[in-house]
Amino acid sequence: MGTDTPDAADASSTEYAPTTDAPSRAELAARIDELEDALAEATADDGDKKMSIIATKGTLDMAYPPLILASTAAAFGYEVTVFHTFWGLEILHEERSKNLKLSSVGNPNMPVPNVVAALPGMDRVTTKMMERRIADNDTATIEELLETSLDMGVEFQACQMTIDLMDYDEDDFYDGVTTGVGAATALQDMADADIQLLV
Amino acid sequence: MSSEFDIAETLDVKGASCPMPVVKTKSAIDGLDAGAVLEVLATDPGSMSDIDGWADGTAGVELVDQTEGDDVYKHYVRKTE
Repeated sequence: MGTDTPDAADASSTEYAPTTDAPSRAELAARIDELEDALAEATADDGDKKMSIIATKGTLDMAYPPLILASTAAAFGYEVTVFHTFWGLEILHEERSKNLKLSSVGNPNMPVPNVVAALPGMDRVTTKMMERRIADNDTATIEELLETSLDMGVEFQACQMTIDLMDYDEDDFYDGVTTGVGAATALQDMADADIQLLV
Repeated sequence: MSSEFDIAETLDVKGASCPMPVVKTKSAIDGLDAGAVLEVLATDPGSMSDIDGWADGTAGVELVDQTEGDDVYKHYVRKTE
């Protein structure tokens, strides 16, 4: 406002007089182009979302969350990687994954007190109870979720250090499981992912 | 309802619980042509929210309708591309 009066024009020209090191209009235009390109690059690839899960637990109850999230994310079109380490490796072990146990000790939600739960054979009892509930409810089994996720393109990785530690063989795992990977691979996946979870 | 769109295929996931209704819907949609509508029959009450959320967050699909009746939840999903 008032820029058309000579006084105001004079005032602004003295106040905002360009100094010698100020960028030229052309330089500013070039910088804007540069930033617009960078913004376009950063906001592109919307259809290429990624999720990275680290699965560290191998009890029957804790095997579910990573598999349910992995298969669901794959249904959303995410590129999913699940890195299995320590007890999480049990989920990928073809034989052991069918016999995952539920711990009856240390879980106050269990219907039995810890002192009873600690008795020999109690883990088998609570596991059987849970397995029956899973069957009665038509809840997918671990094997079913794993096979479904593999079909949908989820990449399951078995931590090489844990394979060696547990003395497992590469053939022990489901077909399609990636072996020979370590923490650096997982870290790289996490750095690239939109969602990162440690289960 | 079927007066508004033609159902190309029906997927029966009655009895199945989370995450199977969504996962199987995705697989069935993949096999359809663009523009086709998939009917999904489910008994999982969570499928109402889950299929809505999935369709909203997934490229190439659109939720056309959802109905609830006689313990069966019906979902109609169109493949848009």
